[in-house]
Amino acid sequence: MKPFTYERAKTPAEAAAAVARQPGAKFLAGGTNLLDLMKLEIETPRHLVDVQDLKLDRIEPTTDGGLRIGALVTNTALAADTRVRRDYGVLTRAIVAGASGQLRNKATTAGNLLQRTRCPYFYDPNMPCNKRKPGSGCAAIGGYSRQLAVIGSSDQCIATYPGDMAVAMRVLDATVETVKADGTTRAIPIADFHRLPGDKPHLDNNLEAGELITAVTVPRPLGGTHHYEKVRDRASYAFALVSVAAVIQKDGSGRAAFGGVAHKPWRVEAADALMTQGAAAVTARAFANARPTEDNAFKIPLATRALAATIAEGKSA
Amino acid sequence: MMSEIEMSRRGVLAGSAAAAALVAAPQVEAQPAKAPAPAPAPAPATMPVSLAVNGKRRDLNLDTRTTLLDALREHLKLTGTKKGCDHGQCGACTVIVNGERINSCLSLAVQHQGDEVKTIEGLGTPDKLHPMQAAFVRHDGYQCGYCTPGQICSAVAVLDEIKRGVPSHVQADLSARPQPTNIEMRERMSGNICRCGAYSNIAEAMAEVAGGEA
Repeated sequence: MKPFTYERAKTPAEAAAAVARQPGAKFLAGGTNLLDLMKLEIETPRHLVDVQDLKLDRIEPTTDGGLRIGALVTNTALAADTRVRRDYGVLTRAIVAGASGQLRNKATTAGNLLQRTRCPYFYDPNMPCNKRKPGSGCAAIGGYSRQLAVIGSSDQCIATYPGDMAVAMRVLDATVETVKADGTTRAIPIADFHRLPGDKPHLDNNLEAGELITAVTVPRPLGGTHHYEKVRDRASYAFALVSVAAVIQKDGSGRAAFGGVAHKPWRVEAADALMTQGAAAVTARAFANARPTEDNAFKIPLATRALAATIAEGKSA
Repeated sequence: MMSEIEMSRRGVLAGSAAAAALVAAPQVEAQPAKAPAPAPAPAPATMPVSLAVNGKRRDLNLDTRTTLLDALREHLKLTGTKKGCDHGQCGACTVIVNGERINSCLSLAVQHQGDEVKTIEGLGTPDKLHPMQAAFVRHDGYQCGYCTPGQICSAVAVLDEIKRGVPSHVQADLSARPQPTNIEMRERMSGNICRCGAYSNIAEAMAEVAGGEA
């Protein structure tokens, strides 16, 4: 690990200013992904601004009937919250399908959104990777791509966003609230938070330098039945090959977002409109422009089957 | 201390590399100009950290890079907690911080200023085993034993999580209180890998302790 200096910020604005002021500075929350990457020297911050004292660890009702989830609410606390279990079951289901109990105790809501890809070529500093080292090339294209993206990828990067929680946040139309170094705040719809790789795969999201996530809000409850179907190589503690977060209504309408398939949680609203026609109609539309590799083409029929399973589950509930 | 020896050894190696670079300098100069060298890395920084480990206050002055795991093992000589993968994939380093289990390898010691840390040494002693330690012995919950301290810390915390109603992936009804069933134990213990495959015996040890508590 490269040497770094460390400080603890007292307020969100102070934290944002501290990171913006110092070149190579980064926020530190739970640290479960950042520390892993620092040990491999994939991340080499020169200064860490620890945000644990910012009092952003509460879940509060919003005036429009939703919930504001503080950036530092742990995955365990969010999944266990009575209101979330009752009204946003897809969120609890997605969180407990991810990582391990130990990691969920430490990982935070904002940190989870910011976790980096688990593309094996990103993780191997001996390999070219446009995300890790812009301009060095992509060893995943033409390499071992079974885990990687089938849609939204570019000829520079086929990495996937690895998380589960954000897939549920996408189906719930969550909003990411931030504060910038100059103290101004903004609200970013989750659909616009993560980026597609394009010709800048080193950028995972649309945050500016020093911009700090303070909360994630979810709108008023959608009703319906909530599902998170995750298909992976072992029954627990593995990243998704394909996952589906879905909210299905009594009349068969609903919405679905897919994980493990793209550089961001993948949801196509025009595909949601086809839900009453069945899973095949939805995925035919959602994956219309897919360009899978030979190794990962299986993910598209797998997404159809995973969605069919959630629709069947919704009918029997 | 071991860590000081390691640090000075690292310094010696860095010095040797610099000397080698000096010797090679004339040939390097003959090459066409390359991209400018990156800014030099900052020098290692140290900070004071106080932890309450197994009920006892411990004051340390640590390189900021020191993980909680290395602080426990290398600086406090509490070697019961094990380093397996050092990347949060195996669970051998599991300790209980402020009542919740975490991977001590994926946490910096400086993040834990003032925290209460419980390690396997704080759960029980050879003369007075914690009920979970006794149950692991009775049920043969290990073979080589390397993952065992992490398994036991995790198991103790899992039973507490079930009591507190923390939900899991295998729970059918999210509004119901979780029960200490075999499938729940297996799911909740998935962050602790046992290469010897003692899983079924570990789940039985946990069931015994959970039954005794009920």
